[in-house]
Amino acid sequence: MKNLLIIFVSTVLINNLVLYYFLGICPFLGVSARIESAFGMGVAVIFVMTLANALSWLIYKFVLLNLGLGFLQYLVFILVIASLVQIVEMFVRKFSPPLYKALGIFLPLITVNCAILGASLLMVTKNYNFLESVVYGFAGGIGFTIIIMVMAGIREELEYSEVPSVFKGAAITLVITGLLALIFMGFSGIISA
Amino acid sequence: MKKYFIKGLWQDHPALRQLLGMCSTLAVTTTVNNAIFMGFGVTFVLISSCFFVSLIRKIVPEEIRIAVFTVIIATFVTIVDIFFKAAFPAMSEALGPYVPLIIVNCIILGRCEAFACKNPIRASFMDSLGMGLGYTWLLVALAAVREILGFGTLLQKTVMPAAYQPLIVMVAPAGAFITLGFFVAIMNKIEKNK
Repeated sequence: MKNLLIIFVSTVLINNLVLYYFLGICPFLGVSARIESAFGMGVAVIFVMTLANALSWLIYKFVLLNLGLGFLQYLVFILVIASLVQIVEMFVRKFSPPLYKALGIFLPLITVNCAILGASLLMVTKNYNFLESVVYGFAGGIGFTIIIMVMAGIREELEYSEVPSVFKGAAITLVITGLLALIFMGFSGIISA
Repeated sequence: MKKYFIKGLWQDHPALRQLLGMCSTLAVTTTVNNAIFMGFGVTFVLISSCFFVSLIRKIVPEEIRIAVFTVIIATFVTIVDIFFKAAFPAMSEALGPYVPLIIVNCIILGRCEAFACKNPIRASFMDSLGMGLGYTWLLVALAAVREILGFGTLLQKTVMPAAYQPLIVMVAPAGAFITLGFFVAIMNKIEKNK
């Protein structure tokens, strides 16, 4: 239990997928202009990342390793994610139209969100068991959501400030992300190795 | 043919202009060595994937093209990964998950989708070569700035005077974001003054 809590806290705050592993930067830059859309993207990522980690772990452990096909993991993981996104999309459209309306446009984008594949690959390198992998996926999604929403809040304020014209757009967003990363470095004292 | 090659180097630069492939740009540029290996890895995958996509562009049904492209890309990434593991184990260790993550590097899928699946093989080859080298020069430039300021070295050789205090933050994630932010701003400045 304590182990799972440590994984959760360190994944959300310290080894954040965006600020520490640089994963999911493209949606982070693309969808962080408005708070509502940032939240929608975040929820979709939490959803898919948790499921993808669970499914990839099972397939990796019981199919690929048993058959000695470990080298196929990249191919299998990306296919798991792509098909998972399709299934989730169909499922949500059928059973929860309001949720579909909120998440709909973000789901297809997730296939190419490297944070999802990154989380699956990291869970293999970290040698997590099933429960740890699921917690890792969930916490990774939460961490992504926190960062993208903080960024969206800052960018909404930025519209009212005078940014040097050459820094407008991506440049200032990257510099602010750097400052956020600096701030989050302060969390690394929470858990002592 | 030449114009397809040139535009990837500056005009339509994949990272600075189209903001694609940011993850590996930021992650592997702590040292110039890493950057060179990553740049060549991406360029190889880009050229080979675009070559195959262009080759089969007339027989792939439109509806499943993205899935087909992804499988082609994943295959070449696996080849690069296994090659690095066998020939340069230390480098493979240093690059960690970022070699397999080339699969979801949007530059590659982007070029397959925007160029290779609509153009003949020779044009696709020039296009992907330009984009790959454009990406590589940015990685090396970023890494040079970060390695010099962060470690005081270039290609593992000390270049700064002994009294220089390394700016550790430059090799931390924060330094990556800030340096890339400034690169994009410099690019905007040069384009504006044209």
